[in-house]
Order: sequence, then structure tokens, then C-alpha cells
Amino acid sequence: MISRPYAAAKRTLSVADKLLEVNWGLVLLITLIATGGIAMLYSVAGGHFHPWALSQLSKFIVGLFILAIAATIDVRVWMSLAYPAYAVALLLLIAVDVAGHEGLGAQRWISLGPVDLQPSELMKVSLVLALARFLHGKSVEEVSKPLNLGIALAMIGIPALFVVIEPNLGTTLIIVADGCALLFLAGLSWYWITPALAAIATAVPLAWRFVLHDYQKARVMTFLDPEADALGAGWNITQAKIAIGSGGLSGKGFLNGTQSRLNFLPEKQTDFIFTNFGEEFGFVGSVALLILFAVVLFYGVQIATSARSQFSRLLAMGITLNFFFYIMINGLMVMGLIPVVGIPMPLLSYGGTAMLTVMFGFGLLMSVHVHRQVEIPRHSGGII
Amino acid sequence: MPLFDKKDKSRYATFTRRSLGLGGGMALVFGILAGRLYQLQIRDGDQYMTEAEDNRINERLLAPPRGRIFDRFGVELANNRRNYRVLLVAEQATEGVAEALETIGKVIALTDAQKKRVLTTLAQNKKFVPVPVAENLSWEEFSRINMHLPYLPGVQPDVGETRDYPFNDELVHILGYVAQVSPGDKKGDEDALLDIPGYRIGKKGIERQYDEVLRGKAGASRVEVNAYGRVIRELGHEPGVPGQDIWLTIDHDVQQFVSKRLGGESAACIVTDVATGDIIAMASTPGYDPNLFNIGISPDQWRDLTTSDHKPLLDKVMSGVYPPGSTFKPVVALAAVEAGLATPDYRVSCNGAMTLGNHTFHCWKKGGHGTLDLEGGLKNSCDVFFYETARRLGIDKIQEVALKLGMGAPTGIELPGEKSGFIPSRAWKQKRYGVAWQQGDTLSCGIGQGYVTATPLQMALEVSRIASGRSINPRLVHMVGGELTRRETAPPLDLSEQGLARVREGMNQVTNVPGGTAYAFRIAEPGFEMAGKTGTAQVRAYSQEEHLRGVTKDSALDWKLRDHGLFIAFAPVATPKYACACIVEHGAVGHPQVLMARDVLLYTQKRDPLGMPAAYPIKAAALMGGSVR
Repeated sequence: MISRPYAAAKRTLSVADKLLEVNWGLVLLITLIATGGIAMLYSVAGGHFHPWALSQLSKFIVGLFILAIAATIDVRVWMSLAYPAYAVALLLLIAVDVAGHEGLGAQRWISLGPVDLQPSELMKVSLVLALARFLHGKSVEEVSKPLNLGIALAMIGIPALFVVIEPNLGTTLIIVADGCALLFLAGLSWYWITPALAAIATAVPLAWRFVLHDYQKARVMTFLDPEADALGAGWNITQAKIAIGSGGLSGKGFLNGTQSRLNFLPEKQTDFIFTNFGEEFGFVGSVALLILFAVVLFYGVQIATSARSQFSRLLAMGITLNFFFYIMINGLMVMGLIPVVGIPMPLLSYGGTAMLTVMFGFGLLMSVHVHRQVEIPRHSGGII
Repeated sequence: MPLFDKKDKSRYATFTRRSLGLGGGMALVFGILAGRLYQLQIRDGDQYMTEAEDNRINERLLAPPRGRIFDRFGVELANNRRNYRVLLVAEQATEGVAEALETIGKVIALTDAQKKRVLTTLAQNKKFVPVPVAENLSWEEFSRINMHLPYLPGVQPDVGETRDYPFNDELVHILGYVAQVSPGDKKGDEDALLDIPGYRIGKKGIERQYDEVLRGKAGASRVEVNAYGRVIRELGHEPGVPGQDIWLTIDHDVQQFVSKRLGGESAACIVTDVATGDIIAMASTPGYDPNLFNIGISPDQWRDLTTSDHKPLLDKVMSGVYPPGSTFKPVVALAAVEAGLATPDYRVSCNGAMTLGNHTFHCWKKGGHGTLDLEGGLKNSCDVFFYETARRLGIDKIQEVALKLGMGAPTGIELPGEKSGFIPSRAWKQKRYGVAWQQGDTLSCGIGQGYVTATPLQMALEVSRIASGRSINPRLVHMVGGELTRRETAPPLDLSEQGLARVREGMNQVTNVPGGTAYAFRIAEPGFEMAGKTGTAQVRAYSQEEHLRGVTKDSALDWKLRDHGLFIAFAPVATPKYACACIVEHGAVGHPQVLMARDVLLYTQKRDPLGMPAAYPIKAAALMGGSVR
């Protein structure tokens, strides 16, 4: 049944062999970025490991283990777990609307003992898994069939709906973007894509009118004219720009940032952590960071296009795009190019769920890399 | 079943193609991010750097203690006392400033006007600047605020300093007062102190004249603050320079006596040291409490001050301009001696009136004085004597001597707002009115009426110069900080000693020889005798009919229409030491001004501040003893 002897040999890899197959260069890159993030958390705390840096370090180490474990698990196992994971994430998402508590004006957390879980973060990875699983068996023509397309859109739309009512606009956007990107990659016909883009263009004004919350509208309005209310809602944008801009070419130096450390930046340790980076390391440091991110993304695309099964490809590309959307939205937001939506900078921002899901995502990507030679029949449902 | 069927290959091609397309999109987004970083950090970097600095550093100005004002013996005339006050920081008032004021209003009394003023001040200042809500609180009120502090976000209790004038209205026209900075005060004054909410600057008197000396230099505390304006740490502390103290020539003891003696009259009185021109006391009554302007004056109080016919806000000493009346006669007498007219044989005959052209000039004494010499003219204050003398002298000779005695020009006293009286001349009238000087004008001026005017301060200078024979100038400020003000021994007047002696003798006869116009008010105690000259300044012209009826002495006349009573004097007669000028507005009846001057001179001589050891503290006493006395 298997056409290549090499592949047959790979199927019997031991865990140790798999760990050797892991792309350690990518892991090193991720570690480098995360270390930069921990250094920033140390800095915004005024040169203290408390309350954020140490905690973030431990989360990153846990994340590394998760990455390693996920990488060694056969990609077909992940394929089998795709739908159950999606179902669990969706249930948690519904639960958060019922039982979650308000944080920062939005209902996003669910308390699991000592851990505050953010189901919307889980959903991003679960959706990528489930869609990759669903689209794995679909040929280019089949993807564009209304029934298949309808099912896929429902898989995207239902969690998106629960996230948007939390309300969490940023995550909703990422979920929808992830899902649509996978459909696009699976070969969705331009006959669908073109009218869909046109429909979005017309839907935006309607969404403004009926869907967006007042605070979301305020954010947009504030974004358009931040100086109009410089001490109120425009505060974030104005102060973020001052922080980044004041870094200049080479920055003020590590621990010498004043903007974020002195609380001019709200949520300095989470969504706005990049501003501190820009302030302390300047243009040179910021561009270097962007290059590191770009190399990670390059690895992701390379892994995706090298995989031999559609599920692996879609999974790898979905994870890569998800990572990219984080960087894009957060980057544009803190630099004042788009309104403020609550999206952290991956690997840099303080936050447990985000760190763990990002590392889990990289684990899945690495699993694809490790099992890149594995071929999965079109109608296979995995190996569990 | 083939794993890689045709369909799968086409899927793979599509996937790769589209992946690379998305990869290109990612590259584009990264390009945008890098471009934006360039824009923020390189292109606009400097501007944002400035804004970041502004954010971080707050310069908190610290008001230095204001310099105190002392009298010549070290009595504190203006000092600083503790000021319990409540400040409000807008950005810390989490429930809004209006609500914060409401809450404060429940703890201590706040009027609506106060609240409105605070809101205005808050709006004018940056959000982190503490603005005073209420000042000069009692300890009890202050404790209440402190007790309720947990419920008053943004409220800061503070112990500051405020100006205090312990003697209230006694010295108000000398000291002036401090009050809140008005927008007009900031024009042309860049001192950062003025930006401190609640800061007071000198508005009148010494407080204004020496404001910059008294202020000192603003201290500053450079603090690093967070976004809530809360201080993280102090980066630098510049303590500032305390204001310098000022020592006046005033003897508070005499000042207090004078002030009390003038009482409720609309009056002014100056006591000088004739040798130096130092002002020992200087009062204009009624005064007002300068503390009112510091603490805040109510509309009612302000209306009372501005509408009173006794003009409490006016410093009559240097800003009141009056016809000197007969107190000008010594000037004319001196001019007559200087001109060689009034020789010892010079006589003028008075029969009660003098006719010039078709106008009759009356003497105050209906029957006339008979034949008088110079001293007799002064003793009797004979109008006809001075009409005739002035007529023969001509106005220009009188002006010359008047100017030498310090009239006709501001005396240069160290106070703002001094006015000057006026001494006319022929040329002036020609130039001013285009009309030739008339002899009738000279006659009016000869008795201190007509165009002649003077401030009580100028009259005091006149009599001081006559008494000492020196061209002294009035001086009020003895020492600024540790530095003595410039002080030179005044040169003798450019007038003959003979003339001065004769005028002094004439003034001696006014008070000390029976028949003198002020003989009834003389100082009888041996060694303290004064010499003086009475005067009356007409408030309005009288008709001849009124003159004949004697209405000018009518105490039934409306107060406002009565003449002003004037008196200049020096004492003791033999060796003049102190001079005094006194005016009581509308006080011609009963000569209250003469009584006041007499009491003041007697009191001053008995206390003798000039003779008291170590009159001025520090090195001043020694210095004065050497160079002046």
C-alpha cells in the first residue's frame, strides 16, 4: 500500500528519533523571541521578576514541553483528535458565556481551579485542526460544492458567533480569518471568493450599525482621531505611539524605557508589550524582532508546503497563519494603524492561555514537520 | 487504491501556489509594519522623544517663604503664618472634580462662588497640578478633612504659608497687601512662581514695590511621575531662595500712636526725621485690613471700601493732592528773603482786603492785621501780607524756592502710585492755556490756593527741609535683605541760612507767641516746643456774601463742603529733629489737625526713636551714627 520504502521506515520512528527530527533551529528561534518577551516583562515591572517575568518563564518552559510532546505525537493521532477537540472547545466557549467572569469589560475567562482558561484561544487551534480534518478529503472541486462549503462555514461561524458575543472582536476576526484562509488554501473557487469579498465590503457598514458594541465603536472612533480625547479613550493609542516613537533609531536601552514602566501604557505587560520593546530597543531592535518573526513564518510555510498529506499541509499553514494574524493585528494596533482590539503579541505578551496555545500550535507544526513523509489516504479519519 | 491520484496532485499544486501567495501577503504586511516603525521611530522620533520626556518629568514648583517686613526696631509688620489648606488634584479625583467638591463641601463649608473659582482654576491648569480649594482653615476643619481623607480621592491636605499683617489696618498704606495673581499680572512677568495655583503677589505698597525682592526664587522639585501623576521618585530638588526681608524706617510704636490718633477722621499724617528724611510714621485713615485681600474680600466689604466718602483705599499721604493753603506761606516768605525783598525792614500793611484791578482779595481777618513784618505775617497768617509779597515777587521766584523745598515734583518715596502736587510758573500758563499769567494768579498762589497743589508728603518734605536746611528726600526703606539702601548725607539747601532762620522764627511765633494762629495748641512742656504753620484748603470757592457771613467757619455746613484743615510743624524749636505734616479732610472746624500734630510730635519727642540705642539692627546703627548724625 505504501509506495515509498522511506516512508515505511518513518512509520516506526521511536520517540527519541522523532525528537531528533524536530526542527531545533525553529525551536531556538521561538525561544529567542520568548526570551525577549520575558526580558520586556522584567523591564516593565521596573527591573523585577515579579509579577510577570518569572511567571511567564515558567509558562514558556511548560510550553516547551507541550511543544515537544505534541511534536512527537503522530500527525494522524492529531487528525483523529481534531473533531473531539473542536467539540470540547466549542462547549467551553458556550460555558464561558454562561459561567465565565468579566475581565476588562469582556467575558472571556473560565475558572478551572487555579487556572483561568480562555476557550477562545483554544478554539483557534481546534478550528484549524477540525477544518484541516474536514478539508483533508475534499478535492478542489468538492471544496466549492455548496454542501461542503456550508458545513465548513458553519464550523467557522458557530464558534465565531460565541466569541463575538463574549465580546471579543479581535479573536473573532482571527478565527474567521483562519477559517477562510484554510478554505482558500484547500482550493475554494474564485467564483465563491470574489462575491464573498464583495459581500464583506457591503456588510461592514451594517456590522457597524447592528453588531458592534458601543465600546468597540468607541475604539474605532478613537482610532480615527486619538487626540480628540487624548486623556480618555485615545490614551492607549497616543501613549503607545509616544512609547514606540521615543525609542528612535537605537532605543533608550534595556530597562531605560519610561513610558510603559511608568504606567503611561495601560496593559503594558499584555497587549502593548511591543511598545516597550520599541521604546527600549528602537528601530534596529524592532526590525530585528520582525525579522525573527518572519523567519518563523518562513519555516511554517516551508513545513506546510513540504508535507505530504493535505491534512498536514492545511494544519501547518493554518497554525502559521494563525501566528501571523496575531502578529499582524497586534503590530498594526500598537503602532496606531488599526483600532485597538484585544489581541496579544504572540510569545511576547504576558498571558498563560495565549502562551500555551501558541506553543501547542508550534507543537502541531513540529508534528507535521516530524511526520512530513507520512501520507494519509483521502478518506482516512486518522489512526485512533 | 492509489494514494496520489490526479486530484490530489492538483490540490497540492493549488495549495502550494496559494500558500506562496499568502506568504507574499505576509511579507507585504511585515513591510508595512517596518515602514510604520520607520515613520514613528526615525522620522518622528525626536517629537515622540520630547513627548515622552514631558510625560515623565513633572516640575513641581515650590513657593519660597516670602520676605518679612520689619520696622526700624525689628517689629514684624508683615510675616508668614501657617496656612492649613485643602488641595485638589484633578486627575486623582476619580469621581470627577465637581463631585469631589460636593464631598469636600460636606466636610467643611464651601460657598458656590468658591466652588466655581476652583473649577475655573482646575480647568486652567494641567491635571496633575494641585489646586487650593480652601485656605486658612481652622485646626478643627483641617482635622475633619484629614479624618475623611479615605473618602476624598484627589484631596490633599497641606500646610502652606500665607501672608499675615499682625497690625491689620495700621500700616496698610505703607505695606500694601498681597493677593492672588490676576491674568494681567502675568503679562511681562515670566516668573514661574506666578503659575503656582494660589500664589500671592504684592499688589500695593512695599509689597508691590519690592515684590521681586520679597518673593525670592522659586524652588522646584523635579519628580518622575506615572500616568496618574503620582510621584515615583524625586529626580532633583532645587530648594529655591527665600525672599529677602525688608527693614523700614518706620517706628511701629509711633505709627500705632498716629494711626490711633487720627481715629475715624479722613486724614493723613507723616512724621519725619528732619536730618535724613527717614519716615518715622506715615498714616492715612481710615485704612482697611490688608488681610482681607489675601484671604479673599467679600463683595459687601469691597463695596463698603469703594463707596465710603472717607476713601479708605486712597493713600492720602502721597496720592491725595490738595491746595496747601497757608502752609505754603513759609515758601513765599522764604522766596521773599531770597529775592532780597523781605529785608528786616520790610513791612506790609493789612486793612483786611487788597484790591487788584476790579477784584478784591480778602484777608481771613475782617479788620485786618495792621502793619506786619515777615515773622508777623507768618505768625498771623496774614493773607494780605502774602498777597502783596507774592505780587512783588512774581510767581517765578516763588516757584524756584518751592521746587528747592521739594514741591512740584514727586518726592521719589519707595512706594508705587505717588502723585505730585503742582507749582505753576508764567511760562507754564502760557504754554498750557495760551494765556498770559495774571497778577491775580500770583496772589492766589501766594496763599497756597489757585494753581498750587501738594500732597501731604510734599508738605512734610517742605517743612522738613525748612527745619533742617538740608535737601533731604523722604526714605522709607532702610535695608533690603542684609544690604542698606543707598544713603548719603544730604547737602545743604541752596537757600540762605538767614532766610531759613527767619521762616523758622515766624513758624515759632505761630505756636509759641500769644496771638499766633496756633498758640492755643502749642506744646507747653519745656524743651518739646514745636513750630508750625496752619493752613486751610478750600474745597469750593466762596462768594463774597458768604465771606461776610462767616460761613467758612460754619460747623453746620455739610461735611463734604467744609474746608480741609492742614498743619505743618517741626520740633523741638531750638534744634529741629522731627517734622510733621497733618491734614484732616473737611476738618477746618476746631483745628483737629493741629491737635493731632501736636500730640504726635509730643509723643514722638518723648519716645525719641532717633535717640534710642541701636535703632536699626545689625551694622546699621554704627553706620548711621558715623555718616549721618
